[in-house]
Amino acid sequence: MLEVSGLSVEVGGKRVLDDVNLEVPKGEVHVLFGPNGSGKSSLIMSVLGFPAYRVVSGDIRFKGKDITHLPINERVKLGIGVSFQNPPAIRGVKLKDVLRRLVSDKDEKDIKVHELAETINFPLGLMERDINLGFSGGEVKKSEVLQVLAQNADFVMFDEPDSGVDVENLQIIGRAINKMLKGRSALLITHLGYILHYVDADKAHVLLDGTIACSGNPSKILSQILNEGYAWCEKCPVARRELCKPETNPQL
Amino acid sequence: MSSSKERALQARDKPAALGPDLDVDGYSRDSRDWSNCPLSYLPEDIVKRSLDVGMVPDEEERAATYFQIDHSVVSRTVQRMFEGKVEVLSTREALKKYEWLKDYWWNIIQVDTDKYTSLAELHWDQGYFIRVLEGQKVTLPLQSCLFISTDNLNQNVHNIIIAEPRSEVQIITGCAAHSNVSRGLHVGISEFYIKRNAKLTFTMVHDWALNFDVRPRTAASIEDDATFINNYVCLRPVKSLQMYPVAYCKGVNSRVRFNSILYGSSNSYLDVGSKVVLQNNGSKGEVIARAVAKDDSKIYTRGLLMGEHRNSKAHLECRGLLLSNNALIHAVPELLANTEGTELSHEAAVGKISEDQVQYLMARGLSEAEAEALIVRGFMDVNILGLPENLRERMEKLVETTAERAL
Repeated sequence: MLEVSGLSVEVGGKRVLDDVNLEVPKGEVHVLFGPNGSGKSSLIMSVLGFPAYRVVSGDIRFKGKDITHLPINERVKLGIGVSFQNPPAIRGVKLKDVLRRLVSDKDEKDIKVHELAETINFPLGLMERDINLGFSGGEVKKSEVLQVLAQNADFVMFDEPDSGVDVENLQIIGRAINKMLKGRSALLITHLGYILHYVDADKAHVLLDGTIACSGNPSKILSQILNEGYAWCEKCPVARRELCKPETNPQL
Repeated sequence: MSSSKERALQARDKPAALGPDLDVDGYSRDSRDWSNCPLSYLPEDIVKRSLDVGMVPDEEERAATYFQIDHSVVSRTVQRMFEGKVEVLSTREALKKYEWLKDYWWNIIQVDTDKYTSLAELHWDQGYFIRVLEGQKVTLPLQSCLFISTDNLNQNVHNIIIAEPRSEVQIITGCAAHSNVSRGLHVGISEFYIKRNAKLTFTMVHDWALNFDVRPRTAASIEDDATFINNYVCLRPVKSLQMYPVAYCKGVNSRVRFNSILYGSSNSYLDVGSKVVLQNNGSKGEVIARAVAKDDSKIYTRGLLMGEHRNSKAHLECRGLLLSNNALIHAVPELLANTEGTELSHEAAVGKISEDQVQYLMARGLSEAEAEALIVRGFMDVNILGLPENLRERMEKLVETTAERAL
């Protein structure tokens, strides 16, 4: 589904990703861990093709097609969905206006949007509000998840869907994401792994200083991180990308 | 000679305080006479153009209609069910009918303000008199249209609008030029009187022509517990437009709100201000402007809030969006307080379209052009106008067409 090969990316002349290799096969859900500033969101932005993220070397293939130099919307049209961590507010553009554009033309748009909203217990009043303007942290997450549901993409990237969300809403969001991901592929960024209580992930990767330090079993990697923090990765003799072969790593 | 004529003569060459100075003798005063007829009898191209500025040809959908082409009044009708509730006449007829009307004439606008007020006195071409009678809540909007069908014509109208005590009404006014008209000068004097406990919402839509000059001169007097909402929408090119309407919040708890949506394109020069004078206890004012500048257009968006009484409050908000490197938006907010206990504030923000916003929408599958159009449309938010559903929908359509055309 998604193949990232030897990807190096700069933002404003500063290297944010360095020789990243990552493959998310069809039907698999992968998790991306990493400390703040390690390049997790940069990877998502690079896969989407945000112009500020300049590809220095390497390529990104989606469904076998080289998308490294396609504009954002053309990548998205191939079947990529995304839930952003900090989306911008747009005055005068209602959430409803965006959602209506996302749902398929075959459907009765308003009905479809309402149906999707109900699945995550989304307050309908927010639909009429300017997108992300004055939304609480939890409302932003839910609105992003709702947009992803409406996008109905084959491959979905979630950037910290579980941060800043209360327990009750986490459960709703987690279940909705899990249900949606059945049969689809995804890349999930999570800090504390709360979302993994609800989502069955196939594989995890740890990003350190812009490069994938190791890959392996999601729950094992998460428990190591939670117990010892990323300091563990720093010490780990095999957690270097040139050595990182999870199947040969006895700790994972 | 009447004193207003004398004063007008003295101001004949007096340039306006703002805006490009025009040679008012450079326009024609000759136009054909149009006879009185229902809107449905008007030539199709005129009706079509009037639709662009919010008119509806089916007079049943409006409580009353006033339609003026060039210097002729072609229609002034009140629907039967609103007879005795509202009055619509040409101002010439109204001045003949009501002796008292002279007290409202050049009362809150000075005839010698500048060469344009002078022109309107010396070469006066009708205009509408709209009066909503005491206690009447008019459930359908009233509509008026000031139309120009002759190239290079000068049209000077003087309008009087009176909302008697406890009345309530929505008025939509469209000003447009025929598609064959490329230049001309429209001067519009409008004096509004909103009496005790009355509420008047006035929405004006302009759609002139590339080489057309426009100089409206507007003032409103607002009495105790009365509310005046003045909406202005200009989405089509014009050579130059300069206006600075003023609202005098004279009464206790008098309120005014000026909302404007301006879209400058081509070489348009738009200089639009709003002035609020808070003159009594509990007076409140709000000025909201949205300006979008494209091509080589220049937009000056001004606001002046004057606090002259204790316990009064006003706020000014101006947002500008630049769509071109050659366009200009100049926001000039001014606050003037001369007494304690008045609270005046403003916020202004002018900038280019945000790349973050465009890219976010592109990540939802919109093309760059679609994303920008959606942002521009959202920016020119018609909800700020506070209109009833049917008028809001019409304004939304106009804005949507503009946003699509923009990019």
